[in-house]
Parts: sequence; structure tokens; C-alpha cells
Amino acid sequence: MSATAEIAETAPLTLSGAEVVLRALKEQGVEVIFGYPGGAVLPIYDAIFQQNAIRHILVRHEQAAVHAAEGYARSTGKVGVVLVTSGPGATNAVTGLVDALMDSIPIICLTGQVPTHLIGNDAFQEADTTGITRPATKHNYLVKKSADLARVMHEAFRVASTGRPGPVVVDLPKDILINKAPYVEAPPANVPHRSYRPQTEPDMGQIRRAVALMKASKRAVVYAGGGVINAGPEASRLLREFVRMTGLPCTNTLMGLGAFPASDPQFIGMLGMHGTYEANLVMHGCDVMFNIGARFDDRVTGKLSHFSPGSKKIHADIDPSSINKNVRVDVPIVGDAGRVLALMIEAWRDDKQTQDREALAEWWRQIDAWRRQDCLRYTQRGSIIKPQHAVKRLYEITRELGRDTFITTEVGQHQMWAAQYFGFDKPNRWMTSGGLGTMGYGLPAAMGVQIAHPDALVIDIAGEASILMNIQEMATLCQYRLPVKVFILNNEYMGMVRQWQELLHGGRYSESYSEALPDFVKLAEAFHGVGLRAERPEDLDRVIREMIAIDRPVIADICVAKDENCFPMIPSGAAHNEMILGPGQEGGVAGVTDEGKVLV
Amino acid sequence: MSDSQNGFRTATIAVLVENEAGVLARVIGLFSGRGYNIDSLTVAAVEDGGRQSRITIVTSGTEMVIEQIKAQLDRLVPVYKVSDLSLEGPHLVRELALIKVVGQGEHRVEALRLADAFRARVVDATTGSFVFEMTGNAEKIDAFCALMRPLGLAEVCRTGAVAIARGPAGLAA
Repeated sequence: MSATAEIAETAPLTLSGAEVVLRALKEQGVEVIFGYPGGAVLPIYDAIFQQNAIRHILVRHEQAAVHAAEGYARSTGKVGVVLVTSGPGATNAVTGLVDALMDSIPIICLTGQVPTHLIGNDAFQEADTTGITRPATKHNYLVKKSADLARVMHEAFRVASTGRPGPVVVDLPKDILINKAPYVEAPPANVPHRSYRPQTEPDMGQIRRAVALMKASKRAVVYAGGGVINAGPEASRLLREFVRMTGLPCTNTLMGLGAFPASDPQFIGMLGMHGTYEANLVMHGCDVMFNIGARFDDRVTGKLSHFSPGSKKIHADIDPSSINKNVRVDVPIVGDAGRVLALMIEAWRDDKQTQDREALAEWWRQIDAWRRQDCLRYTQRGSIIKPQHAVKRLYEITRELGRDTFITTEVGQHQMWAAQYFGFDKPNRWMTSGGLGTMGYGLPAAMGVQIAHPDALVIDIAGEASILMNIQEMATLCQYRLPVKVFILNNEYMGMVRQWQELLHGGRYSESYSEALPDFVKLAEAFHGVGLRAERPEDLDRVIREMIAIDRPVIADICVAKDENCFPMIPSGAAHNEMILGPGQEGGVAGVTDEGKVLV
Repeated sequence: MSDSQNGFRTATIAVLVENEAGVLARVIGLFSGRGYNIDSLTVAAVEDGGRQSRITIVTSGTEMVIEQIKAQLDRLVPVYKVSDLSLEGPHLVRELALIKVVGQGEHRVEALRLADAFRARVVDATTGSFVFEMTGNAEKIDAFCALMRPLGLAEVCRTGAVAIARGPAGLAA
């Protein structure tokens, strides 16, 4: 029997299970819960009613509760907490949990459950929540004994927030919530868990090997992902320091945007399927690649057999299972991104080898030549707003206003344009569903961000199709007076689906046109928010400024070109150096094989 | 063990886990969810007052896949230790089988004679049948079953492999 279990047996029984849950949340520093009540969690809602330390935000759908908690977590670095009822409450939360799993976001999701004696009886609102969420979470618990409750709550926070972060479900049968339960405090952070011991401290030998490789390189690149952001703002600062001291180009993944400042001259843009020409060619042509906190996702690598064929690869990741999963690497480093960077900086200073500055200058001359391709250029003319222009103006105006700005997105073309045309100079300012690609993520995520940062400017860059997937959250925004701005790039199509149909399926636009769209201005008003619309380029700046100035939830319906495609694009099954740069070059797509078409 | 032609190898992996509800489902779910092979899997509580269980998994794949399997197993919260016995040196693999053979006359005598040669024990007998119990590695049991087939092999039940490293070193958590 462990020490905590012994304490649990002797602790006085004065609290109900529900009160133990709340006390544990408080001890863990939780300030806000996103949730939706129901029969099985009524005891917790009763306990919430009788205290003031923890604020509850009532969402309108459980999926949104998880995305809101994700937005909260990603913009603060804290754990996001969700509370839902049994059965449909839990199953509705599953999409959000998988989203958090894929993007490594620390979430605690408390789910109600039918009382222990009814489990397995197909009781009303019963679902096998731990069974359903096992592959949807980093870990999950079903609390069957009151004596375990407090320990499990604390353990859930440790598992969610340490190592590679992720969602953790704690399934709470109603009798466990009602019965008295002992409270134990969280074990100190330096007391190791019995079996869960993530490695955060990197191996110094591997660090030295990595530095030696990089110093000897002629064409190296730093490829940084969301792991740097998860490691805290200090890791992003160290990344900047390391990139500056090495003089190397730095590219960020979709998840890593903001880890390295977009305005820095050494930043070569996002890489991958819709990454910049220069970033992808640098990846293809480099001789040493330093991957820090990214996972060689298929959206990044393109055709694996042709991925960066001539490079030695260094991969630093906190999750050993990410290393050698997709791409064979030469120097694996397991550890926290911040620690890895701190030691890399140290080792770089200590390493006696001198860097080949001449080769580096030549590398930059090559990169600058690629940059002159100006792959993100577009021409705004005529009477129709280009979506790229809309995002670019949004970026420029928010910069000019100097307000701390947080951007969330839905999923599709607008998401990629946001990633391409909105520059992020700080971490934790960009929230997007990267791994799972969840339409409907952006609005609830923005809600969570605004709760955490009441005075900040929070904008959901959306598409007219995605936004309808969680539009009910407008009611939550209005209830809590959260002045989130929804900036819809409305092209009346599921744009990314339409783009693939145009490029890969002979222009047969099967079910991708958004028939019967609502009037978004009236929709905003129906929710007691404010609706604005820009139909012509000359409306754009005025609508953006007005949207930002209004201290209430706003939907800005930006009517953009209907058939604009998102470029550059690496077609499925192609390599980094087989990018399509823009219209007129789609011929390149005709060569996509069936093998390529199979890829998503 | 290794099939050099396609880079496949078989791995016998020992996993020490917390003996808690759902732990086996986590391991099996990992294999089915990620498309790994399971050739056999055994599990039972082993030590520490039944708090720890030991799972023995025989799997096959490319070196990269087997590395993945081990890393994925190791990051499960209730997993204490993962050991690739096939890589870590000499080890013993044993499996238990119960084999029912139904027959008369010469077949019956021959079955008994072969069982003796294989050190299979008779654990049940009627005038028309035997149940043999045998332990050994998978190849030995396969060979015995193949010999029994023409002699009236009726039913086979096998546990799957359990394995342990030779020598003094143990798989402590």
C-alpha cells in the first residue's frame, strides 16, 4: 500500500466526493472549468454552486467545452479543465479529446458516470467512457473507490501536464461523488510516480554529437514545432538565442508558429504542404536538420522516400515514440525542448570546432534567391476581396493598433491563409487544430482564450462552413460578454475540399458548395452579438477596424473570391521540391498518381 | 530469428505493468489501433502482492516497427518496464499446450510412443482418447501437433509464450 493510500484511510471523512473533486482542482490551481451539467454530475454542480474559488463557464455543446479548455491551455500553458455528464456528455467530448491528444494539449476532462452498481447494466445515459476514450486520451481513470478519488485527481494533473502533454479523462460514478471521501494533498512534484516517469533531461553526449554535426554543416536548418511552445515561453526565448548564435535559417511547423518570431530575418516561414517555397527547399536541400519538438508529420514531410534526401537528421522530442516513427534519424535526443535548447547553447559555446561561415553565407545567398520567388504574392484588384488580402490587412491593422492579439482558426483554406499571412512574434498566440484538423475548433477555442485573457484581442479566423459546426457558442460568448471576433472568409464553399476537387478530381464539386447559408449579420444579431459585412475591397479596412473597436462578440462576414486556391501547395504524394507555386502551374497536379490520391 | 529478405524479425517482449483494470485493453488497443501484429500474448499477476502483472508479447515487424512498439508500450502510464528479450541476449521461451488425440489401435500406441519421445504427459485418458500436456517452445509444440495430425489430433489449446532472460539479471521495475 502506498503512503497516500494509508493517509487516505486515516483521513477524516468530512467531504463528499464532489467536494473532494473541487478541492483537488483548487489545490491544482484551477481557476476555471468549461462544462455542461447533467444527471450524473449534479453533485459536482451542487458543490460548484456553493463555492467561489472556481469559475464555471457554461458552454452549449460538450465538444466546445474541450476546445475552449484547449484554447485556455494553449494560450496560458496551464491545464484546461472540462466537466461533462455521463453518456452523451462524454461521447460529445470525444472529438475534443482526440484533438487535444493529437496536438499535445494538457486537458483534464471530468466525466460523470452512472453509479458503480449500475455500471454495465445499460443504465440511462451510461456509456463505457473509459473504453471509448482509451485511444482518445493520454490516460484515463474510472474511480471505483472513494479512497482513490483524491489521489487519482492529482495523478491526472501530473499525467496531463508533464512529459508530452495530453488529455486525461477521470470518469466519476455518481455514488463516488455523493459518498464521503477522504482528501489527500498532491504528492510533491519530486516524488516520482510508480510507473509513469517521462524523461525530460536530455543526454549530454547526444547534445554534443548534435552540436558537432551542426557546426560541421554547410547547409543546416532548424525545424521547430509545437513542442517548443509546450515547453513554455522560456524555450521559445532559447530557440531565438540558439538560432541567432548559429546564424541558421529557422522554419516552424503549423503548431510551432510563434515559437520563433515571424518578423526575424532568419525566419523562412512555415514548412509543409502549404509552407513557403524557401522553407520547403531548405528542408529538401539541407545537409543537417535539427528538428526540435516536431514530429515529421505527413503534412510536413510530403513523400517520405523523397524527404530531405541528403541530410543528417537530429530529432529532439520529449516523446521517445515520436523518434524514428516516420523518419529515420541520425541523432535522437529525448528531452524537454527547453532543456535541450539550453544545453545546445551551452555545448555550442564549448565546442572548439569553428563554424564554416563562408558556407553559411553561401547557404543564405541560395535561400535569398528562393525567397525572391515571393511565393506568397497575390494581386488584389477588381471588386472582389482576395482572402489572402483580408488576412494580411487583419494582421497589419492589429499590428498597427499594437494590441496583444490571439488568433484561433477553424480548418481549411482560411486556416492555411491565416498561417501564411498572419505573423506571430510570440508563442501561445496561435491556436489551431493541427493534427486532427477539427472544423468547429476555432470559435470555442477563442472563447477559452478570451476567458484566460479578458483584455486581449481574440480573433477566430474562420470559414463559413467550419463556423457552423460550433456556432451555438455565440450564445456562450454573449452570456459571458466575451468580445471574441469571428472573422469569416466567406467563399460559399468548403474551400479546401473544393480546391482538391478542382486539382485532383476533375473539377467535380461534389457536395462542397455551401447552399442556403445563413445571413451571418442577422445570425450574430440573433445571438445578441454584432454582425458586420465586407463585400468590396474598399469595405475591408473599415469593417476590420469597426470589428476590433466593438467591445462585444462580433461576426464579420468577409465575402471573398469564391474560387481562390491556397498556394504554394505540395500535392499529395509529392516531394518538397515538387511544389506548385500558383495558378497556371496546376499542370503539375495532373501527374499525381493514384498512390498520391490515396493520401489525405 | 530474423528474415533478412524483408527486414522482418520476431520479437519477444516482456512488459511489467501495474495490475489495474483496463491495462490489458490498453496494450491490446495499442496493437490493434496502430496495426501491429500480435503472434501471442500472455498475462498474469506475478509479484508484489499481485500489484504487478507481466505480459509477454510475441510480435513481428521491421526493426523500425518493433522499436515503435516498444516506445509506444513504454509510454503507457501503468507500464513499469519494457524489455526486448530477443535483443537483450539469451532467454528461455516456454509455452504450455493441451492436446487431445482421438483414435484406436496402432494409432493410439504410436501417439503414446511419440508423446513419450516429446516428454508430453498424459493428463487424461479414455479408451478412445488422450489429452497430452506438454511444455516447450513454439517449434516443439508445432512439431508434435504435426505428428499427431494423422494419428487423430482432435483439439489443441495453447497458452502462448512466456519468456525470461537467462542469467542473474531480472526485469525489476
